[in-house]
Amino acid sequence: MSNPIPTASLRDLAPAALRQTFVKLDPRGLARNPVIFTTAVVALMTTILALRDIASGTIGGWPALHISLWLWLCVLFANFAEALAEGRGKARADTLRATKSKGYVKRLEGPQSAFDVALLTPIDELQAGQFVLVEAGDIIPTDAEAVRGVASVNESAITGESAPVIREAGGDRSSVTGGTTIVSDWLVLRITAEPGKSFMDRMIALVEGAERQKTPNEIALNILLAGLTLIFLFVVVTLPAFASFAGLSIPVVVLGALFVTLIPTTIGGLLSAIGIAGMDRLVKFNVIAKSGRAVEAAGDVDTLLLDKTGTITFGNRMADALIPAPGVDMATLAEAAYLASLADETPEGRSIVEKARALLGREIALPEGSTPVEFTAQTRLSGLDLADGTSLRKGAIDAVVRLTTQIPAPALAQEIDAIARSGGTPLLVSSGYTILGAVHLKDVVKPGVRERFAELRAMGIRTVMITGDNPLTAAAIAAEAGVDDFLAEATPEMKLDLIKREQSGGRLVAMCGDGSNDAPALAQADVGVAMNAGTPAAKEAANLIDLDSDPTKLIEIVMVGKELLISRGSLTTFSIANDVAKYFAILPALFVGAYPGLTVLNIMGLASPNSAILSAVIFNALILIALVPLALRGVKYTPSSAAVLLRRNLLIYGLGGLIVPFIGIKAIDLALVALNLA
Amino acid sequence: MTLISYILYFAVLTALALGLAIWMQRVFEARIPALAWVDRIILRGAGVDPDRQMNWTAYAMAVLAFNLAGFVLLYTLLRLQGYLPLNPDGIGAMSPDLAFNTAISFVTNTNWQAYSGEAQLSYLSQMAGLTVQNFVSAASGMAVGVAVIRGFTGPKDSGLGNFWADMTRATLWILLPLSIALALYLAAQGVPQTLLGAVHTTGLEGAEQIIPRGPAAAQIAIKQLGTNGGGFFGVNSAHPFENPTIASNMAQCLSILLIPVAFCFLFGSMARDRRQGWAIFAAMGIMLLAGVAVIHFYEAAGNPSLGIGANMEGKEARFGAMLSSLWAASTTAASNGSVNAMHDSFMPLSGMVMMVFMQIGEVIFGGVGSGLYGMLLYCIIAVFLAGLMVGRTPEYLGRKIEAREVTLAVVGFLSMPLGILVVGAFASTLPSAVAAIQDPGPHGFSEVLYAYSSATGNNGSAFGGWGASLPWHTTAMGLVMILGRYAMIIPVLAIAGSLSRKTKAQATSGTFPTHGPLFVTLLILTVLILGALTFFPVLALGPIAEETARVAGQSF
Repeated sequence: MSNPIPTASLRDLAPAALRQTFVKLDPRGLARNPVIFTTAVVALMTTILALRDIASGTIGGWPALHISLWLWLCVLFANFAEALAEGRGKARADTLRATKSKGYVKRLEGPQSAFDVALLTPIDELQAGQFVLVEAGDIIPTDAEAVRGVASVNESAITGESAPVIREAGGDRSSVTGGTTIVSDWLVLRITAEPGKSFMDRMIALVEGAERQKTPNEIALNILLAGLTLIFLFVVVTLPAFASFAGLSIPVVVLGALFVTLIPTTIGGLLSAIGIAGMDRLVKFNVIAKSGRAVEAAGDVDTLLLDKTGTITFGNRMADALIPAPGVDMATLAEAAYLASLADETPEGRSIVEKARALLGREIALPEGSTPVEFTAQTRLSGLDLADGTSLRKGAIDAVVRLTTQIPAPALAQEIDAIARSGGTPLLVSSGYTILGAVHLKDVVKPGVRERFAELRAMGIRTVMITGDNPLTAAAIAAEAGVDDFLAEATPEMKLDLIKREQSGGRLVAMCGDGSNDAPALAQADVGVAMNAGTPAAKEAANLIDLDSDPTKLIEIVMVGKELLISRGSLTTFSIANDVAKYFAILPALFVGAYPGLTVLNIMGLASPNSAILSAVIFNALILIALVPLALRGVKYTPSSAAVLLRRNLLIYGLGGLIVPFIGIKAIDLALVALNLA
Repeated sequence: MTLISYILYFAVLTALALGLAIWMQRVFEARIPALAWVDRIILRGAGVDPDRQMNWTAYAMAVLAFNLAGFVLLYTLLRLQGYLPLNPDGIGAMSPDLAFNTAISFVTNTNWQAYSGEAQLSYLSQMAGLTVQNFVSAASGMAVGVAVIRGFTGPKDSGLGNFWADMTRATLWILLPLSIALALYLAAQGVPQTLLGAVHTTGLEGAEQIIPRGPAAAQIAIKQLGTNGGGFFGVNSAHPFENPTIASNMAQCLSILLIPVAFCFLFGSMARDRRQGWAIFAAMGIMLLAGVAVIHFYEAAGNPSLGIGANMEGKEARFGAMLSSLWAASTTAASNGSVNAMHDSFMPLSGMVMMVFMQIGEVIFGGVGSGLYGMLLYCIIAVFLAGLMVGRTPEYLGRKIEAREVTLAVVGFLSMPLGILVVGAFASTLPSAVAAIQDPGPHGFSEVLYAYSSATGNNGSAFGGWGASLPWHTTAMGLVMILGRYAMIIPVLAIAGSLSRKTKAQATSGTFPTHGPLFVTLLILTVLILGALTFFPVLALGPIAEETARVAGQSF
């Protein structure tokens, strides 16, 4: 996979992120994140109280200020995490923006207008539906569709692929992307997206986080976190009343510290960073999501529709075996097949040469004085006429039979039938009027595809192969590739029906497509991935666009979607589980004054009430910053069943969340005592 | 011996509940033609079409309207009982605040008793007031429970059922037959069932004695079966007339948990996947067993400062530590609240277990119907976290848990901390409220905490020393009982309504299974961390502080 857009290192991003950390203290921005906003309010309150106590010389002012400092750090760490994630996106966006063209384009009145009447028009004034001429060396101003001409286009700015691709009017290769360059020839384009609304602009907006809307699961999680915050607010504000019954008065600063450590600051602070980083990962895979919702939906996919050609198989039939006719030895057949295919530049011809070379174990050069015979639709044969007059041919069964006026021997005829039954294509090879044997051509399944489907099955995703082949061929390839199901002789309508059928069974369907006739199915699918090389209609209907036009990318998209959810879920569990240890740190510190017996709850053996509270607050802030790399990287998803995943993540983040703070708080307490800070 | 008795109790309970669940499903799905025919006649007579499906708002409105009417009727009855018949002992009107408290208490299936039945209620109030509410408040809970199950498990857009039909069926074919059987059995064991007034007699020591009696057996049967808990006599099932023998004790103890346990299995069979029911049963059962173990441990070990042997203070010698511990755990796990021993006198940590059972929202089997729907709120949160952790939009029984469900579940969760912590904070600081506290120090605090946990959880049991009849508390507790009941019913019905409108997704290996030990563990952790942890600070100030002081040799 190509990666055109360099990832900025943390070292480069840190200074800007640090600045943003403080800019983000703006209450209007903070208010979008209820947990961190609450933390900031508490921090402000405790700071004011601490300063008042210091000014009035009351005991406890300085420790209170110390606590406040760590509360502020908690807020700042959360801001930093978000700024860092955004910074990475911004760096990417800047690289993208550099490729955007400025200046003028040659506008035409209509698709057929003469080129010499082109008007120079500023790019910013272009509107959808207008026509422009682009010639070799021009940068395509914005997304458009070729309506006339053919040209080779360098799309490396978008895809990172340096080999130019052909774009031509009509058909499925008419779509061009803003920011790409015409290498040769010319195209007349119809503008489909106004400058500023092209896919490139969307991508920039997406990675910058400017258009970041919360996804459904993120909204639900935010509500849960806000609810927990409210519950802990009840716990903390009522505590003075209960404590006063025991004759205790608890300083407001300590209540603030308790509150901030109980509310889910860890996940609250990292939530937006996780979301931005998820989008960023997707862009790294060269996929543009039109919305975050689509990425999340990708994680939920149950059924994956994959086109056979290009995704599952190489798309070309390849020689799989040579079968000599009775009485012919393998070397003779292989040599004849080799020579007959030497001048054949098609993938099929080359694959026969490869196969024969492997069988013979040697190379054969084109013999002197021989004449290649090109394939024609009339003869349906190709081959080589040698200098001695021998004509070597290969071709379809009936064509060779007609040429040689021979019928294959019964043993060979049986083999030919077997090839056809298995979904392969048989060819015959002849020398003069003798049939030498058959070549078994078949659709070769890409290496590693079987394993990928096995992974998908482990994830609970069913794969369905879509092919135009007859059911026999389709079944053979389906079995070989290990897909769960196939749709043979598929038409666009059948695809659409299949999607609807799957959806009515409560399954989420993902598919990729490129042609205009895929558009309805792409729109119907829950996750539709359009190939960048595809038509504008397909790209408009899809909710994700793969810039590399690689259909297997769907699998990566699913993984990114899942990682996004897993990261949120795991860190939430971790954050909530942390509360147990924090209670055990702070509660004995609060209550031993009234009930000395409650020291039994101080199971960590923290040095003093003061150091206990401070340790909990410091742990709370440090754990947030410590988890930033995890939030940006995402919790790794390894394809396995939900039960296995849950057991693993529950063990790491649930049990870990219970245990880690006990160790961490104790360690901080020891450090504080050693440093004489509490 | 003790262990065998416990095992036997839980085995019999499970077996009976499994059988009852099958019956309940037939009743609620109107699959027994003869019964359905009777229902139809009664409901048609009342102008109700039993086949008309309600959406969640209609269902909730019906529950609220029905319970409001029940409240008005009961309040009026309590205020006017002095002028009404069936009052052989000539008991006068109940005070307005106490009547408010009592009416709310019985309508919400709490059965908190700030009064003493034999002194402040006429037979008419007991029978036509309290016993009627014992039936219909239980039936309301069961109806909501079934509606919620339908929403979670039924086909898309199939509605939540019909409240009037569900309520009628629950009363006629589940509560009534079981109550008749239990009442007859209790009467056979010696529980009085008479309309004659109190017995005036001269005791052995020559003093004039008044021995109250009345139509007790019938009320006791439904008080247990309907997780009501409001006894006929003030001291509830510790009274020899309410609970005369070991056999009557076991029969009552079984009936406390019978219907709530059956609801777990009903959930499984209505979901067409019994494992779902067993998972919830297992989560609840494990927590109950853990609670029983703690209570039994502390009660059997006794209080060293009072001498050797089990802690027998406040317990009937007939029942001893084991039967009292079992009852205490069952009655607080289920939102029953009847007692056969004085909870105030249990060891501090035993008391804490009971409080935790109530504070988590009465979801360990809980009230009839309400225990299950309360637990389903926890299921939603557990499934939400689990779903995210496996990388899918969370699903429960094939239905996606989204922002709306999470919001509603969070709203449901707010009622317990609001009622216990926020109102409890006032109750333990305002001078007019603090006067109710009998004992000093942490034990006194536990009394307040227990009372508000009991009221918000709709349990109804109490730490007896506490003065529940102060007007401040009768009013405040009436309000938190409403909060604990309806701030749960409305959101949970809304969730059911919202889920029933969603397409059921088919389970794949990418779907997290909501049965099996992993989910049970997760659910228990969710209950403990989300439910119980909220109350850790107050528990530290109450029972935990008392226990640590007791260990140090100080008592309260």
